[in-house]
Amino acid sequence: MSIAHTIQVENLKKCYKSLTAIEDINFNVSKGELFGLIGPDGAGKTTIFRILTTLLIQDEGSAIVEGYDVVKGYRKIRNLMGYMPGRFSLYLDMTVRENLEFFATIFGTTIEENYHLIKDIYQQIEPFKDRLAGNLSGGMKQKLALSCALIHKPSVLVLDEPTTGVDAVSRKEFWDMLIKLKKQGITILVSTPYMDEAELCDRVGLIQNGRMLTINKPDQIVKNFPKKLWEATSANIYQLLQDLREQENLYSVYPFGSKVHFTKDENLTETAEIKAFLTNKGHESVDIEEVTPTIEDCFIELMTE
Amino acid sequence: MVNNNTIIEAENLVKKFGDFTANDRLTFHVKKGEIFGFLGANGAGKTTAMRILCGLSKPTSGRVEVAGYNVYTEAEKVKKSIGYMSQKFSLYEDLTVKENFRFYGGIYGLSRRRIRERTDELLKKLNFSHAAKRKIADIPLGWKQKLAFSIAIIHEPRIVFLDEPTGGVDPITRRQFWEMIYETASRGVTVFVTTHYMDEAEYCDRVTIMDRGVIEALDTPDKLKKEYNVDSMDKVFVNIAR
Repeated sequence: MSIAHTIQVENLKKCYKSLTAIEDINFNVSKGELFGLIGPDGAGKTTIFRILTTLLIQDEGSAIVEGYDVVKGYRKIRNLMGYMPGRFSLYLDMTVRENLEFFATIFGTTIEENYHLIKDIYQQIEPFKDRLAGNLSGGMKQKLALSCALIHKPSVLVLDEPTTGVDAVSRKEFWDMLIKLKKQGITILVSTPYMDEAELCDRVGLIQNGRMLTINKPDQIVKNFPKKLWEATSANIYQLLQDLREQENLYSVYPFGSKVHFTKDENLTETAEIKAFLTNKGHESVDIEEVTPTIEDCFIELMTE
Repeated sequence: MVNNNTIIEAENLVKKFGDFTANDRLTFHVKKGEIFGFLGANGAGKTTAMRILCGLSKPTSGRVEVAGYNVYTEAEKVKKSIGYMSQKFSLYEDLTVKENFRFYGGIYGLSRRRIRERTDELLKKLNFSHAAKRKIADIPLGWKQKLAFSIAIIHEPRIVFLDEPTGGVDPITRRQFWEMIYETASRGVTVFVTTHYMDEAEYCDRVTIMDRGVIEALDTPDKLKKEYNVDSMDKVFVNIAR
């Protein structure tokens, strides 16, 4: 037998009428690991999470959480898991304190008993404990939702897109909280459409159209990028994009922040040629250099393969 | 300072809700054909300002003109001159692609003939003519976003407001979407856009960063990066909003 993983997913498949939401999904999450499921809307992230949290039954395959089957052992799983769904999880017409009490009560515990677990996070919103959850800002709602998911001392935490629609600063704060929780030994499964959050995970699965593109450590995914990746700079990016697309032997030319990324047939085209071509086209301060791919570059490459 | 190239003009725009000042003396001008990025933390006051610029809400004080119309007295004219698209609500799921175009075209008072022309033209540009009769519900998200953008410009507005248009969209579609933005701006349409993707801030001609109701920065991405001595807009943003 293999080492028991905290989460084991095998050949998972789920269809909604004629639409295959997920297919051939296989992955394991080890105890204490921070595992990220990364992909755009509609990739199947929520479907996987809803099966793992026992809210949805798969058509094929199996999923085991802490040794319990999601279908047969759903009662056990519900007790040991903390779940923060993508949209709704709080009662907006109850106060901050009432929400937290509610979640503690349905799991048969009290706020006092597990206060130490949520202290760091909850203290930030405690000054507003009598405010209705509906009147909190986005960042505060997120902190309350996380506190509610943690109050029954789960050993596994499942977070469905906790940072979607959240600004760049609040996103960073949220990840700091997750990393602290991981240090306490909680196994964390998190999904996100933001590619730049991949590097904060121990391992990630990149997912698109219901299928896993790859599963690995973030730095390993970057190492597996099959080609050299080049980055071009010029004063006029839009024009640069158009011109590079005209050039032969260049592939997947796309904008990347203030630069343009591309791959090329290394045997047929030298960067000097491309530079000369661009200068000829009237570009100023042209620069081309090899760069290390980001997870987003890898995702784009895997999508187009 | 203000010339006829200016399409949005806000001078000391203030919006208060009771004691709370959501927008505090915002002053900025947006030029014709400019891609103007409107950034800020959640709750910084972006949506409030955007609603005012769209003619949906009146400022407490300050001078605000959009497409040459006064937002206090000519809100209906403002609404006709602009297009609007948001991530959350855009298309009717149980209508077909074509029906959505017809619906929005009708709302903006276009003739049937003009709606047909624009629908054909925009769908051709998207290479999506073959799917005109498909229901929106059956269309992948990436395509929906591109369609929603096309519909937002069906009546050829002078300005189009995009509120987090690319949230949750895959990285390839996100880039195709930005190329549509570039193309639209190159035809002289002003694009006013909010986003949480900081790499997209780099694609804007100029960017404002709001924090707690105030404009903290307003310049080209290059100048902002130089000013804060960092190499990305992400770092500029964190510097300002933290």
